[in-house]
Amino acid sequence: MTPPPDRRLLTPEEYRAAQDSPEFVELKKRFRSFAFPMTVAFLAWYLLYVLLSTYAVDFMSTPVFGNVNVGLLFGLAQFVTTFVITHLYVAHANKRTDPIADEMRDRLEAHEFAPGTTTDGAHTPGSTRA
Amino acid sequence: MPDVLAADATIGNPAVNISIFGAFVLVTLAITFKASRNNKSAADYYAAGRTITGQQNGLAIAGDYLSAASFLGIAGAIAVYGYDGFLYSIGFLVAWLVALLLVAELMRNTARFTMADVLAFRMRQGPVRTAAAISTLAVSLFYLLAQMSGAGGLVALLLGVSGDLAEALVVALVGALMIFYVLVGGMRGTTWVQIIKASLLILGALVMTLWVLGEYGFNLSALLGGAVESAGNESVLNPGARYGVSDVSKLDFISLALALVLGTAGLPHVLMRFYTVPTAKDARRSVVWAIWLIGIFYLFSLVIGYGAGALVGAEDILAAPGGVNSAAPLLAFELGGTVLLGIIAGVAFATILAVVAGLTITASASFAHDVYASVIKKGDVPPNGEVKVARITAVVVGAISIGLGILALQAGLNIAFLVALAFAVAASANLPTILYTLFWKRFTTQGALWSIYGGLIVCIGLIIFSPVVSGAETAMFSGVDFAWFPLNNPGLVSIPASFLLGWLGTVMTKEKPNEAKWAELEVRAFTGIGAEKAVDH
Repeated sequence: MTPPPDRRLLTPEEYRAAQDSPEFVELKKRFRSFAFPMTVAFLAWYLLYVLLSTYAVDFMSTPVFGNVNVGLLFGLAQFVTTFVITHLYVAHANKRTDPIADEMRDRLEAHEFAPGTTTDGAHTPGSTRA
Repeated sequence: MPDVLAADATIGNPAVNISIFGAFVLVTLAITFKASRNNKSAADYYAAGRTITGQQNGLAIAGDYLSAASFLGIAGAIAVYGYDGFLYSIGFLVAWLVALLLVAELMRNTARFTMADVLAFRMRQGPVRTAAAISTLAVSLFYLLAQMSGAGGLVALLLGVSGDLAEALVVALVGALMIFYVLVGGMRGTTWVQIIKASLLILGALVMTLWVLGEYGFNLSALLGGAVESAGNESVLNPGARYGVSDVSKLDFISLALALVLGTAGLPHVLMRFYTVPTAKDARRSVVWAIWLIGIFYLFSLVIGYGAGALVGAEDILAAPGGVNSAAPLLAFELGGTVLLGIIAGVAFATILAVVAGLTITASASFAHDVYASVIKKGDVPPNGEVKVARITAVVVGAISIGLGILALQAGLNIAFLVALAFAVAASANLPTILYTLFWKRFTTQGALWSIYGGLIVCIGLIIFSPVVSGAETAMFSGVDFAWFPLNNPGLVSIPASFLLGWLGTVMTKEKPNEAKWAELEVRAFTGIGAEKAVDH
């Protein structure tokens, strides 16, 4: 597990500079603006299902077609939404967060956030690209 | 069919069952030996050298997750209680979104081997690592107990042995095999055991699903009709057959639902699987694979469960040795006779074996990496010293779980209950601490300790004073009654309590959060810089 000899560890100052950089703020914002509301949404949707199954038994027992009732369709809908949210998350990550994360990682590896290198203009174009 | 059951306590041909299981053991042992040749460093032993692909790891996660409780327990619950059994599988599945959206990638980027790597990242190492290791061991032991006692119960039905001594021998055999996989194969060998087992399990379930649907002309409504006819009333299609009995049982169900959905992302053996892949993107890919595989499997188990209810019947299932858990094997026998039963029995047994191996490696890694190397030796361990300790711990954990498994089996503890308990502890002690650590800047050592120990103590304390342990007819100690907490599952109280304690512990301390470490954690978590790389052999 020894790091390759050319890999210099990042200093605390570099991490602080990276954390304060506008592109990192944007990266976090993009991550949170998807993950947090979506988590609230699917937990609420799941709890609604649980509460209906517990306290609205008659409604859930209403037949829809044949022997299939509202409760079963509701349950299957939970599977569908889980698959859909999974897909949406992957698409969001690929399009919105991965590009910034990849770019920042490359620049961190090149130590572009080290104090003293910020004035050479190396990362100003990146922040607008984000 | 029912007459055959009544005449003989076992079904099928034990020789067929044993030989199919034996073939699985031989194949996996051979693979484990092959995998062991590459086990050199700690990263090899704990994390399979981080060389597992996302797709392989997705299968392995499914292998870890679809335990005996998932396969036998859920199919059985649907067969007997109908709709209420289905509710379990939905909680188990939706839980994966928490892991995908909030936990998997960020953990992969910041940790090396264990959950404690993340929790202790910006805190005082000693106390937080110790707390995280204790809660890891607690969750793993509850889960191990469930699997071990499940193994003993299963053999009565499947291998044609019965009696306390024979069942104890089976538990010991499972334990010995598991220790062997873990000692020789490490994480790499264990991962391959999981992959093979998950493939067999999903294929077996697919065959049974198509077979059942074929019997009903591929018409779901007709299958449900068959279940209604066999049960004699429509209640199997409606919610409430199991949990709708009283106001308390309704609350109990909500408590269980909460523990299931929040527990998964705090299960240490699931978290540890994220470290076996080379990058955070592979961690994401593996969760996506796991969600699809697990979701499809639960759809299969819906058909298998109602199929067993329709074709075997709830009464025969409950009367068989193994009770509710015997629904899937009985259905296999009804459909495909001795051979299909043998395959399903072998797969069920392999399932238990693979899950206990995954749990053992997690528990041993946590002790060796967090307690021994980081807390006792303060990081000053000779090369391979940590892996040596991990191997010794694996033997100790294996021996303890054999002993406790035999005790649990003889006490007749319910498998699904023990698993739900493991989920409740994981949701109470681990998840709040993980979320605070990753997303709340101000979170401090004291907050972490309060949420871990607080969640753990409240959760286990409420269980001790619940009807599960005393008071009720089905309780562990049915003769005495010291139960004042009415719910079987403590999640409804213990999960919010842990969140509250983590917040309270943080605002009530003068301790300042370590800002430099917070910057490092955040930048590493979101960009993947400095993440552990794959080992090149």
